[in-house]
Amino acid sequence: MIGVVLALLIVPLVAGLTCFALAAQVAAAVTVVSGLASFALVLAVVPAAAHHDLNYLSYLRADAVSTIFLLATGFLYGAVAVYAVGYLKGHHDRRFYAGLNLFAWAMLAAPLMSSLALLWIAVEVTTIISALLVAIEDTAAAAEAAWKYVLIASAGLGLALLGTVFAYYASAQVLGEHYNLAIQPLIQAGAQLPHTPVRLAFLLALLGYGTKVGLFPVHTWLPDAHSEAPTPVSALLSGSLLAVSFYAILRFYQFTAASLGSGFPRDALLAFGVGSLLLAALYVFGQRDVKRLLAYSSVEHMGILAIGVSFGAPVALAGVMLHVLAHAAAKGNAFMGAGVLVVKFGSKRISALRGGLDLLPWSGPLFLLAVFALSAMPPSGIFRSEFQIVYGGLGSGNYAAAAALIVLVTVAFFGLTASATRMLFTPAPLRARPTLSRGEPSAWMVVPVIAGVAVLFILGLHPPGELTGLISRAVAQLGATR
Amino acid sequence: MDPVAMGAVQAPGVYQGVADVIAAVMLLIEFGMLRQALARDQVRLYMAQSALISVLAIVIAADRNLPDLYALAALSAALKVVAVPLVLRRLLGRPRGNSAPDEEEPGGVAGSQTLSPASAVLAGIVLAAIGFFCFGAMKIHGMAGGPGGKNTAPATALSIAGAMVLVAFGLMIVRRDVASQAIGFFSLENAISLAALVVASGLPLILETAFLFDLLVAVVVFGMLIRAHHTKAESLSTADLTRLRG
Repeated sequence: MIGVVLALLIVPLVAGLTCFALAAQVAAAVTVVSGLASFALVLAVVPAAAHHDLNYLSYLRADAVSTIFLLATGFLYGAVAVYAVGYLKGHHDRRFYAGLNLFAWAMLAAPLMSSLALLWIAVEVTTIISALLVAIEDTAAAAEAAWKYVLIASAGLGLALLGTVFAYYASAQVLGEHYNLAIQPLIQAGAQLPHTPVRLAFLLALLGYGTKVGLFPVHTWLPDAHSEAPTPVSALLSGSLLAVSFYAILRFYQFTAASLGSGFPRDALLAFGVGSLLLAALYVFGQRDVKRLLAYSSVEHMGILAIGVSFGAPVALAGVMLHVLAHAAAKGNAFMGAGVLVVKFGSKRISALRGGLDLLPWSGPLFLLAVFALSAMPPSGIFRSEFQIVYGGLGSGNYAAAAALIVLVTVAFFGLTASATRMLFTPAPLRARPTLSRGEPSAWMVVPVIAGVAVLFILGLHPPGELTGLISRAVAQLGATR
Repeated sequence: MDPVAMGAVQAPGVYQGVADVIAAVMLLIEFGMLRQALARDQVRLYMAQSALISVLAIVIAADRNLPDLYALAALSAALKVVAVPLVLRRLLGRPRGNSAPDEEEPGGVAGSQTLSPASAVLAGIVLAAIGFFCFGAMKIHGMAGGPGGKNTAPATALSIAGAMVLVAFGLMIVRRDVASQAIGFFSLENAISLAALVVASGLPLILETAFLFDLLVAVVVFGMLIRAHHTKAESLSTADLTRLRG
């Protein structure tokens, strides 16, 4: 299995670096191969990680929790790699493909790091590469979004680094000065850790990594970066990068809960989660840009993840793990569908996108399905995961938070579907019709979305046995510390 | 700033005194950045602050017999005192090959205060006080398990690092130009290095090195974005970055 884990780190890195030297079209092919191969490699890790933790070379570790996040990134990387070929048709850019592969590499590396310090470095590398990808279209708006993103996210990660330093300080008192910030010994030593530095470390990490997750009130970079980045990058940012940053918070949650009991970290997560959900539910109304609309939906779903963890019940934690996967598929689909609309109509303004269902025989209905999935309509995976989270919340006595979750998710549902309905069902204005013919811009942009729908149905109707086993093990790892 | 009054359990020795003085001077330099009108001078102040971090690393290495820290001090000096300022100056320089970059460019920097210099410094003092007393109140006293089991951590230096973190955030907030915001971020990193040296001087060298190289890459990216902004907006000001909102 060590070969598979190493290949997972090597394939996207080599693909990214070679893309700089290749002709653009060859770089596109390399990216597709690397994306699909990485997804296959992640799938190969699942059966082993569902039964035991994998530790290699003292710096690599894949347990059930990290494998869930690897799955989300692996799937989206594969889907987006295929989609990008259609998106860049005629304008292939090897810098873009290089950046895409390196971005995916950093996101795949982060959950595989066995130490908090290496995890921080991997997350910082994702920021650096993705900031350049946000700016790659070289427009004034893209430069603005990239600047805000790199400044706010880096400042947030500065706080996360300070949190990591305090985690080291707390743990070195128990584990000795030569302790290398490995996550597992830290969790095991939980009960002996001094409380004040642990509390400080968790809050700094929550605020710091929370900036990259997009939690309120440190979410402000997110709608700008998501709307100005090229669509394949937006899909990866939303479905994968936010989740990877949330993974870092989960690691801090684990040892904090082991040290202080789960009450303190759960309360903190609940406050950030409800704030994010409230903000997003209100902001999805009145959005004029389709990608900003989806960006606020991401803030909503990250809020749901935080609330789910705050419930602490095993069924809610299982819901959170499933939600990471289902959100990656649904949000990836929604961004990819929106990207087709933007390419077709040449605008991101919702008011300019009309008659999507008439003009896009595949992408129109698929976008509608993605929006319904994001709104937690059955039988999508998000319905199942949110149902589990609410059920866990009610079961653990968090009635007010569970009720708030239901109300705010419903509000967001109205906001999302109202905009989607306008884009898809309102007929295109007569003056636009002669210039727009019925048809898809590219088959490359449809196939990955169909794969995403299949994943959403599988997760919603009948998750495979290996995946259920993996989620159960992840829940035990997260809940074992309670 | 008497460490005894701030909660330290013993009178400061030479090492503690040196560490506290270095930390205090770093905080003063941070205030200098808050006040400074020229991007070029801000970079100079950043160099001085970074040089002090390296000196502190050497002091701690000598006091606690941690040979790794000498290497870290050398690396840190090479990157933060030489490489980063070099890159920053080059990138802050002429947008389109114009002459005399800094003399013309501060149009973006000098006029970029959202507060008057006096108000900015006053706000900085308030932030520094909050950071100083909050960190002081937590009573975190360095490595209890240090060599010989002695409690060698200068608690005051940690509180000052807390103050510096907040002032660095203040610098990023009250200035409207990309150069000051970037410098604010790099000095935030210095504040975190100070906190790390004080409470976690035993952090393995490989991790410290990785952090430093990471910083270097961040500088390059910051620089590229500053340059992109500079070329597009023909100024360093962020006042016109208002297209994306809502």
